[in-house]
Amino acid sequence: MAESSEPPVVLLHRPPSLTFMDEILTREFRTLITDTSSSESLPSFFPRHASSARAFVISGRLPVTDELLSHLPSLQILVCTSVGIDHIDLAACKRRGIVITNAGNAFSDDVADCAVGLLISVLRRIPAADRYVRAGNWAKFGDFQLGSKVSGKRVGIVGLGSIGSFVAKRLESFGCVISYNSRSQKQSSPYRYYSDILSLAENNDVLVLCCSLTDETHHIVNREVMESLGKDGVVINVGRGKLIDEKEMVKCLVEGVIGGAGLDVFENEPAVPEELFGLDNVVLSPHFAVATPGSLDNVAQIALANLKAFFSNRPLLSPVQLD
Amino acid sequence: MESIGVLMMCPMSSYLENELEKRFNLLRFWTCPEKSVFLETHRNSIRAVVGNAFAGADAQLINDLPKLEIVSSFSVGLDKIDLGKCKEKGIRVTNTPDVLTEDVADLAIGLILALLRRLCECDRYVRSGKWKQGDFQLTTKFSGKSVGIIGLGRIGTAIAKRAQAFSCPINYYSRTVKPDVAYKYYPTVVDLAQNSDILVVACPLTDQTRHIVDRQVMDALGAKGVLINIGRGPHIDEQELVKALTEGRIGGAALDVFEHEPHVPEELFGLENVVLLPHVGSGTVETRNAMADLVVGNLEAHFSGKSLLTPVV
Repeated sequence: MAESSEPPVVLLHRPPSLTFMDEILTREFRTLITDTSSSESLPSFFPRHASSARAFVISGRLPVTDELLSHLPSLQILVCTSVGIDHIDLAACKRRGIVITNAGNAFSDDVADCAVGLLISVLRRIPAADRYVRAGNWAKFGDFQLGSKVSGKRVGIVGLGSIGSFVAKRLESFGCVISYNSRSQKQSSPYRYYSDILSLAENNDVLVLCCSLTDETHHIVNREVMESLGKDGVVINVGRGKLIDEKEMVKCLVEGVIGGAGLDVFENEPAVPEELFGLDNVVLSPHFAVATPGSLDNVAQIALANLKAFFSNRPLLSPVQLD
Repeated sequence: MESIGVLMMCPMSSYLENELEKRFNLLRFWTCPEKSVFLETHRNSIRAVVGNAFAGADAQLINDLPKLEIVSSFSVGLDKIDLGKCKEKGIRVTNTPDVLTEDVADLAIGLILALLRRLCECDRYVRSGKWKQGDFQLTTKFSGKSVGIIGLGRIGTAIAKRAQAFSCPINYYSRTVKPDVAYKYYPTVVDLAQNSDILVVACPLTDQTRHIVDRQVMDALGAKGVLINIGRGPHIDEQELVKALTEGRIGGAALDVFEHEPHVPEELFGLENVVLLPHVGSGTVETRNAMADLVVGNLEAHFSGKSLLTPVV
């Protein structure tokens, strides 16, 4: 009895500019590509074309709602090219028996590099100093203001996963003292554990946010935490914008309650609070911590490996726990 | 000691000025309109000079100050001091090693990240409102890139230690091979540039190292390579660098120092693949205070007949 030798159907949804996965997926699977700029909506496209699709690869942050899932009756695996899965209705996936994989470690180097880059940039005022030179102010007004030393700072990492531990490893080489807060203590970790973020903030000069966005971590950095961090304290966010109470953070920065911030993510991207634009102790980046060609290759490879494993009943490479 | 004349060559630290004033007769060279008259007037009371990376003690000044006993530099670099002349006249020289090593190394890594990951560009992009119109371009990964360091002294070693934490293979060029070091040695700067993605200048400025990064080195570094300078401006042939950058023959440059500070070639202002800083290598409150304490400590030691803290000559 001949089995179907047709490659399985895989859906790929991506912005028109991010085509890095098109080729490797179409080589292995019957790939249906929808792009975020197309005029036909997914709920209208899916029932007509995707009813047999068992796998859905999402590039970007398409909200995956229960309603959307209802149009994909054969769906068994959701392959995300992000690490964060806060855009997905996890309960709905669990109910429907859909497994989810994410980017695993594909981005960890780049995000960790970005976090360290933002920290040095804030403390040493790099973008502000660069602006100073380009405006001709060094010749006109003399020396630039002094910054603050990076080496030896006490750094508290919120979320000691892959990204958090890569940040720790880098900052250790600067002689920084590393501690962390996490849902639970990691027995194998050499760093000091604080069971709540308030004590982490009280005992550190810098907070680096590397945790996932969940109901528990929503606005985990609030006014109280920022007051605890103090007027020389710096917050670095490479997680999700909603980890921080952004309105309060803006006030804390403008009022000098905290000393500075390096932010790659915001609550309502691409909108960024304009009060931040005039501040020299803030460094802003447009959610690009993962945006290097190397990272994109990595995530494409992980997505492909997860799909192949899935379709041959082997263990997934980067499954996400749904509890 | 209040009668001892200490000549400070230019503004460098108000903390240092205060500390010197408490102990000596501080003379501020930059406030006098007629410098030769000033030197003539004070030539018999000036027994110490405090200089920095910008202005030190050249042969002319040394000749004008017959009572000069010590030059205490607010820097680790000695290129603004005529060391030969000092040795000849028995004038002591001190600098500020170690206390600024970490700041300079931190800045070197900061410059690499800012350049490769376009952090200054990104910051401008967001502040100008352009993010609303579309995502920023892809940038270049730092982790894993090969780093070639010119000069493996205190600062070069500190840079290597940090870059290793980013999984970067480390190469170096030095006057001699360092036997206990696990990094790959290259016998010429051109070889080093050929084999490195990121070239960092971290050696002292001497007659031998002037323009150590010349056109040949830049060509070897190539369109995918980037240059980082936390040493001294004259390490690089600046005119050649401007050409190489504007013509796209090297991938980018991040510079904290320039040949004629505070002047920076304006052709660089419009380029996205450069980061330009106003000589802030040791520019933190913590470090400048530590440097000042060393300068004061060295002068106090000298004038009370004790051993110098950080002598060079």
